[in-house]
Amino acid sequence: MRRAAAVVAFFAGLVALWSVAAASGRWSPVLLPSPASVAEYLWSATLDGTLPEAAWVTGRRLLVGYFIGVAIGLPLGLMTSASRMLEDTLGALALGLQTLPSVCWVPLALLWFGQSEGAMLFVVVMGTMWSVIIATAHGARNIPPIYARAARTMGSKGFHKWTRVILPASLPFLVTGMKQGWAFAWRSLMAAEIFVTILSGFGLGQILHYGRELNAMDQVIGVMLVIVVIGLVADRLLFSPWESFLHRRWGTNPTR
Amino acid sequence: MTDQLAAAAEASPPKLIIEGVSKRFQARRREVQALDHISLSVADREVVCLVGPSGCGKSTLLDIIAGLTKPDAGTVLADGQEVLGPGRKRLMMFQEPALFPWLTALGNVMFGLKLDPAFSNAQRRDTAHHYLGLVGLDNFANAHVHELSGGMKQRVALARALAPDPKILLMDEPFAALDAMTRDQLYADLQDIFEKTHKTVLFVTHNVREAACLGDRVLLMSPRPGRIERSFRVDLHRPRDTNDAALSGHVAEIARALKASFASEAAA
Repeated sequence: MRRAAAVVAFFAGLVALWSVAAASGRWSPVLLPSPASVAEYLWSATLDGTLPEAAWVTGRRLLVGYFIGVAIGLPLGLMTSASRMLEDTLGALALGLQTLPSVCWVPLALLWFGQSEGAMLFVVVMGTMWSVIIATAHGARNIPPIYARAARTMGSKGFHKWTRVILPASLPFLVTGMKQGWAFAWRSLMAAEIFVTILSGFGLGQILHYGRELNAMDQVIGVMLVIVVIGLVADRLLFSPWESFLHRRWGTNPTR
Repeated sequence: MTDQLAAAAEASPPKLIIEGVSKRFQARRREVQALDHISLSVADREVVCLVGPSGCGKSTLLDIIAGLTKPDAGTVLADGQEVLGPGRKRLMMFQEPALFPWLTALGNVMFGLKLDPAFSNAQRRDTAHHYLGLVGLDNFANAHVHELSGGMKQRVALARALAPDPKILLMDEPFAALDAMTRDQLYADLQDIFEKTHKTVLFVTHNVREAACLGDRVLLMSPRPGRIERSFRVDLHRPRDTNDAALSGHVAEIARALKASFASEAAA
């Protein structure tokens, strides 16, 4: 209860500071709109459907791209962990491409796919896949060998070994890697949407971009808030269940 | 008990026959003869303890019997069948409990059962509960691994090894990391469980008292090359306790031999 009160007080304080700064008149309202005007934008853009639609377009791109990235990255990561050859080749490639900021994929995606959903998807997949490969390979390589030995004596091998022993045993690494992949995907998608207008759908990034073009600071700040909130909610929905499962089962950081 | 055993041993063929097993390892720049023509046989329901200094190849021998490692020479026959790979007829317990943290205690015990298509899920659950009960932990069926103490973890690991009903139990210093009180309780329970479940047991340890307490026979292994140097028969009534006066004579005798083996090794 006290924690909740502290959270409310903190954010209320931030908004109050912001109101005071906006009301002081030192900065032009064009550059620093009041919280009220941002709230007004959020309200009207929600009512006329702009924001929900953009959030839906962005969310769909993100989820589809992310799950494709995980679906490719997970098996590749497992294979990489099992083979010295793949580790030296695919592993090195993944490491290299993971250090490439994912926004750098945007020009290439545009030339390959044109201004299409395919380009967006490609950028998100590239942002996700490499870090998932690396995290999975790292996790699977670092599970205690005793698990594999115990499982082998009981007759676990092949597909069963991979799905029932190695995959769950590397879960702590996997969740970290998938979270990182998610963060990369989210960032790369925003970069792509801000840079590129795609006629098949306006995402949050595009609305942000037009906010700048129109000098509509309330829109810019409003959309930024929405992006932050979506990021937080996605983190809660997608990863919190896994993290609490890990805490419960592995006994790390109990009862938070 | 031991008289019956001797009679049974004469009547039925050995449960486990190890015939001229050798194994070399390539350690840094030199080859280590881990096992040198080891031969031994274990009768049905016999408990044989392997004692020796670390590095004498005890664990390697267990790995070979389990089918986890292939010998360079020699054969292992379990129930008259040559061992070519791991199998649920020979299950292994390790020094670390090696329980899977993503499963509950019950889930861990069911792991091996799930690999056996002969069971229905309800049967697996019942069997797992039965063996958890046998090790005294049925109340902890839904506990997570990290919530269990070291001794409890080894109990669950024992239940997991027993649940698929292996004929042969291979135990690789399973109690080495536990405190003395916990170990004493486990010795008592273990003898009871061996008796009830009719297992043939090969138990590796470096603790002479433990070996004398649990074993019908204690084999002394010497290192580099790993050989079986001597064999001691422990003809005492069960259940035995590590503090039994009668045990002390055996313990002293085996310890002396172990020491001598150490001395000759150091002199060599």
